[in-house]
Amino acid sequence: MDEHVERELTERIQAAAGSRTPLRIRGGGTKDFYGLALEGDILDTRGCRGIVAYEPTELFVTARAGTRLEDIERALAEHGQMLAFEPPHFGAAATVGGCVASGLSGPRRASAGAVRDFVLGVKLVDGHGQILRFGGQVMKNVAGYDVSRLMAGALGTLGLLLEVTLKVLPRPAAERTLRLEMPEDQALAALNRWAGQPLPISGSCVFGQEVMIRLSGAAAAVAKARESLGGELVSDGPAFWEELREQRLGFFGDGVPLWRLSLPSTTPPLGFPGEQLIEWGGALRWLHTWDRADRIRDAAVRAGGHATLFRGGGEEERRVIGVFQPLPTALADLHRRLKQTFDPAGILNRHRMYEAW
Amino acid sequence: MDATTTGEGNFTAVDGPRLVAALRGVLLADALLHAREDLVPYECDGLSAYRQVPLAVALPHDEAQLVAALKVCREHGAPVVARGAGTGLSGGAMPHARGVVVSLARFNRILRVDPLGRTAVVQPGVRNLAISEAAAPHGLYYAPDPSSQIACTIGGNVAENSGGVHCLKYGLTVHNVLRVRAVTLDGEALELGSAALDAPGFDLLALIHGSEGLLAVITEITVRLTPRPETAQVVMAAFDDAGRAAGSVAHIIAAGIIPAGLEMMDRKAVEAVEPFVHAGYPLDAEAILLCEADGTPEEVADEIAGVQEVMATSGAQDMWVSRSEAERLRFWAGRKAAFPAAGRVSPDYYCMDGTIPRRRLAEMLGAIAQMEKKHALRCMNVFHAGDGNLHPLILYDANLPGELERAEAFGAEILELSVALGGTITGEHGVGIEKIDQMCVQFAGPELEAFHRIKAAFDPAGLLNPGKAVPTLHRCAEFGRMHVHRGELKFPDLERF
Ligand SMILES: Cc1cc2nc3c(=O)[nH]c(=O)nc-3n(C[C@H](O)[C@H](O)[C@H](O)COP(=O)(O)OP(=O)(O)OC[C@H]3O[C@@H](n4cnc5c(N)ncnc54)[C@H](O)[C@@H]3O)c2cc1C
Repeated sequence: MDEHVERELTERIQAAAGSRTPLRIRGGGTKDFYGLALEGDILDTRGCRGIVAYEPTELFVTARAGTRLEDIERALAEHGQMLAFEPPHFGAAATVGGCVASGLSGPRRASAGAVRDFVLGVKLVDGHGQILRFGGQVMKNVAGYDVSRLMAGALGTLGLLLEVTLKVLPRPAAERTLRLEMPEDQALAALNRWAGQPLPISGSCVFGQEVMIRLSGAAAAVAKARESLGGELVSDGPAFWEELREQRLGFFGDGVPLWRLSLPSTTPPLGFPGEQLIEWGGALRWLHTWDRADRIRDAAVRAGGHATLFRGGGEEERRVIGVFQPLPTALADLHRRLKQTFDPAGILNRHRMYEAW
Repeated sequence: MDATTTGEGNFTAVDGPRLVAALRGVLLADALLHAREDLVPYECDGLSAYRQVPLAVALPHDEAQLVAALKVCREHGAPVVARGAGTGLSGGAMPHARGVVVSLARFNRILRVDPLGRTAVVQPGVRNLAISEAAAPHGLYYAPDPSSQIACTIGGNVAENSGGVHCLKYGLTVHNVLRVRAVTLDGEALELGSAALDAPGFDLLALIHGSEGLLAVITEITVRLTPRPETAQVVMAAFDDAGRAAGSVAHIIAAGIIPAGLEMMDRKAVEAVEPFVHAGYPLDAEAILLCEADGTPEEVADEIAGVQEVMATSGAQDMWVSRSEAERLRFWAGRKAAFPAAGRVSPDYYCMDGTIPRRRLAEMLGAIAQMEKKHALRCMNVFHAGDGNLHPLILYDANLPGELERAEAFGAEILELSVALGGTITGEHGVGIEKIDQMCVQFAGPELEAFHRIKAAFDPAGLLNPGKAVPTLHRCAEFGRMHVHRGELKFPDLERF
């Protein structure tokens, strides 16, 4: 049956390539909001689902792309393991294919790594309609270019993922959440200072004067860090980090365009008008603002990072200013050439990342 | 070995004297070598069985000179091989007979250490260990620690995606680099990644890791620095059966422990190392495991107790826990001396680098024992057991007729079994020229074609390190036949390992 589903998907891509008909790859559709445009006939990945292999002692899970993220995380939890990059679901329908393709990671990212750091292998259909396999199920593998990681965050523009293999990790033995109070500049300084010490910080969130810190690890280490950081112990910690990850906190809901600024963690407060929430020890700043895109993007680039119009803004506005930070010419040309090698007919998730392709 | 005859590009038209004259026009006198005696030191990397003198070696001082030299090479259609310290073990930096070696030796400055942001900006010729030394006053270090870290460069580490003893917990090079600046053969500078935790567009930072000098020449790197753990301790355990030692590794992971390092050595490796290093290894064990815990004193105490418990229930005969930093280092000294020890007990050795799923370790060891009989050669085994990365060291004597070929056949068999067991032909040393034929075993035609297209997107002229890392389909077809008629070499004129 799986082969049948794979063949069907492959044939649709082959046909679309022949007629140059755009296809829109879609799992649960929970990340439809993310990216520039949704163009083409829907290619639903959810027929291609199920965990193919899960070996807790080998620290990997292989699943078909249409498998629900929830189902994978539940299977891992039964063995005391987790996806350490803590992916946001943005809805119960979220699939693992969409998780890898969107490349989004949650609160644990600053300490554990991003999706791309956990991708070990992929099986995909490229725009030629060919099934290709890269990487595998082992932790160390340098044979050939690392095409598997290249798929993380490529938003399906280079191929349809059929199957992904992710590294998994044990859940921490102990976890505590602390609440502290300090102004933004002090919070940024403290978060960076702490990150330079061997403290088991696995999440951070600054909103207004409030600083939330999550500690994860061996019970003794968590207890000791809790003492040295001070603050007040929060009882519903896990719920808080989930609300944050899923962007269900009050901050995220106000209809003003939401910018995602990825910056060096030491970047001083940016001072844009509007509300801000900081994660990843200062390296991720969510900004609700009506301020001009070019001002936001310039500030991000000056600081050494980049800005994404994550949610909101009218369709026309998004098209004009772009969702993702524009690339310098040499890099933009290289992207076009790479897109061309994987998808010469330009049919896969056309215009989802950049207007040019 | 002359790549002009292997079907991977034809560069016979490169006019050596004109190329050298043109390079002289763009490089300072001290940045160009072309006399034969000056070129010989560059004829090989750490895989010394493969040698080739290039037409010239360029040692640019900065990116502008590098770009100018690349432009000359492009105009002359001459292959370019980037070189760090030349410690690579797969022939990746072996020169091209009709080409130029571009040494990054003069790109040797640490440009910036940012203790608060925990990053360092360095040039590619900086030695791996030098970064940790520069970061040490701030309580930070650069985590990936290949055994060659005193000598190898960070540029070479990125190009190979190198690992180390501690990568089980701290990741490979690709997990510890934020940004790479690289120039294409067309002289275009690319910024891959960023000073932040991600970058817009495709993850080209991941793609450049392990690209073995085929895509672009790396000119600057921003690495992530890690807080130095407060303390570390090692458990050494002896097993009377290598399979049980391998089982113990799986049990440690299953118990939810990710140790800082988890290494295995078999009896032959211990016997070679112990008289030489006096690490205190038990000589009567079939295999030993070294398992390191690091962190706060509380964490380490917890983890060591956990590891001991698992090891005891999974069949360890004896266990020793390091009682001091000196003893911890002594336990490691034996493991780290495995390669030199192989060189002491045998005139030559051949280091393999396959990775397999951990649960197949015992099976692989059994198969290697059979292969020892079949090829009438001894093999000592050291493994990064925690991540299934094997370094079997095949012992041979190149002066004895036939041993070379047998060692090579032995090695090829191990790599092919690694693939069959669900693993890979190389975990960290790269494909280079050494494992190019085994790439045909691991990958089918469409994947290889995809690799070639990716290379062409970066390097349309195909001049960066041609003939390495990714075999042509033509070569694989030839290898297929070679493979069937084992022993009858297809290219008898080629110098082989
Ligand atoms: C005793 C010993 C122990 C070792 N232990 C380990 C180990 O534990 N783990 C491990 O992973 N490896 C190990 N190695 C292998 C080797 O040290 C690594 O592969 C290392 O990263 C190579 O670095 P280098 O500077 O010597 O690179 P080189 O050998 O000079 O080059 C390696 C490759 O990188 C390319 N390259 C170099 N610099 C650049 C650049 N600036 N831009 C683009 N391409 C470039 C070259 O073209 C070549 O393909 C060991 C080697 C030895 C000799």
